[in-house]
Amino acid sequence: MTALAALIQRDIKIALRVGGGALIGVLFFLTVVVLMPFAVGPDLALLTRLGPAILWLGALLASLLTLDRLFMADHEDGSLDLIVMSRTPLELACAAKALAHWLAAGLPLIIAAPVLGLLLNLDAASTSAVALTLLAGTPALTFTGMIGAALSVTLHRGGLLLAVLVLPLSIPVLIFGVAASQAAISGPLSFGTPFSILCALSLVSFVIGPIAAAASLRHGLD
Amino acid sequence: MGWTDYRFDADQLSLRRDETKQATLPAATAAIITDNMTLIDLANPTRFLTLTARLLPWLAALTAILLLAGLYQSAVAPDDYQQGATVKIMFIHVPNAWLSMFVWGVMSLAALGTLVWRHPLADVAAKAAAPIGAAFTFLALVTGSLWGRPMWGTYWEWDARLTSVLILFLMYLGLIALWRAVEDPARAARAAAILTLVGAINLPIIKFSVDWWNTLHQPASVIRLGGPTLDRAFLIPLLVMAAAFSLLFATLHLAAMRNEILRRRVRALQMIQARQRPA
Amino acid sequence: MSLGPYASFIVTSYLLVTVVVLVLIAWIAIDYRRQKQRLRELDASGVVRRSGRSAAEVQ
Repeated sequence: MTALAALIQRDIKIALRVGGGALIGVLFFLTVVVLMPFAVGPDLALLTRLGPAILWLGALLASLLTLDRLFMADHEDGSLDLIVMSRTPLELACAAKALAHWLAAGLPLIIAAPVLGLLLNLDAASTSAVALTLLAGTPALTFTGMIGAALSVTLHRGGLLLAVLVLPLSIPVLIFGVAASQAAISGPLSFGTPFSILCALSLVSFVIGPIAAAASLRHGLD
Repeated sequence: MGWTDYRFDADQLSLRRDETKQATLPAATAAIITDNMTLIDLANPTRFLTLTARLLPWLAALTAILLLAGLYQSAVAPDDYQQGATVKIMFIHVPNAWLSMFVWGVMSLAALGTLVWRHPLADVAAKAAAPIGAAFTFLALVTGSLWGRPMWGTYWEWDARLTSVLILFLMYLGLIALWRAVEDPARAARAAAILTLVGAINLPIIKFSVDWWNTLHQPASVIRLGGPTLDRAFLIPLLVMAAAFSLLFATLHLAAMRNEILRRRVRALQMIQARQRPA
Repeated sequence: MSLGPYASFIVTSYLLVTVVVLVLIAWIAIDYRRQKQRLRELDASGVVRRSGRSAAEVQ
């Protein structure tokens, strides 16, 4: 098995264990979606209109919550230093870790979205649209969030700083994710335009995320 | 050829001319080297301080003159057909908005200097610029809000331009937080450099996304700040103010860089003192 | 120079800009003086820079 595949498998296994934090993200997603009607009111029509936005916001906050685990556990037990020093290019190692993180923490969010959509009175077509945009957009959230995680890995109280750093990067994803969902559900606009921009954002993040994260780790750990 | 005439003093973070080599060069060549080495000389913090001390009074005087000229121009500018006298707010809002982005550009160049060329003054330039840029961004936000109030009726409007400036302000605050979070100055500089460059790449994406988002949720009244074309009567005060604020930034930045160099010197000396005097 | 019905907005914006710029200048000037003061104190306590120059010598 190649080094990268081993890294991915290891990260997924750790994340799925108790205390690994992958499924905590889904729990937080559920919490946010449940809290919304208490704040906004139980009017079903309003909730249907806000549905895609609430789901996207919940997914974004949930993925933000699990981001600091991306490098923190490895940094604490020293394996991050080994990864940085190994022969595998650090950019690819970061990409592998981000992929593993998305598989363990992002995919459950996407799977949970249709179920939570029921709470918001979204019909099957709407929730599948939202789930599709989440599928295209959550990789961007993970890969750009990785930059913030790498920058704050050596800080002890880096959690809040991480959120502050990552949020401006995730605003475009949020805008186009919700726009694509709305377009698919009700809008006069075509679904294709915002959806393709969303996919483009994810593709760009696949390149910039690992490069910036690797640079941060290299400069931050010596 | 020039590099071998210098030795890098790692303790002082400075380049020192290697005295033994100078003597063997013919006079004309030595003169050329001396004349052309100004940029490398600038890398020496001590030489930079000397240059700053000489330059600052002139910059400050020029800034004051331009600011006064700009204020006069704004005062005598005519009223706009639609906006009335509130167009005068544009003369301070737009330069601040331009500067908020320009300063991020300056920090991005400094970030390249830190990461690619390891220029010793790049760290100092980047750290000194951040709070000044944040101040200009804050002013752009506040003057934009005050400019919009007479026209929109509310102090805040989620239009594309103001929202982009708000996100830029958040990015400045995040950058300053990162600078303060890392203890070692060199590591802080490298982390901040990466965040600055990522932010620079992100800014056009944010601008594009927010524009898109704004046209999607078209507000009831679409009033464009600044109007379609700018009459010459308004262009001149605007440009004078823009020049004045740019010079103001240059003056403040140079002074802040000087402070940062002194701060690092204090830190280095305090560490020497701590070693000399075991508590 | 009549500033129209929204004079308070115009005056407030110009005042705010002036105040913030003055605060910036003041902060930088105070910081400069504080660093020079610290360098003077360090020089007085006998710490020597590696170049052999005195701590308080700025140029």
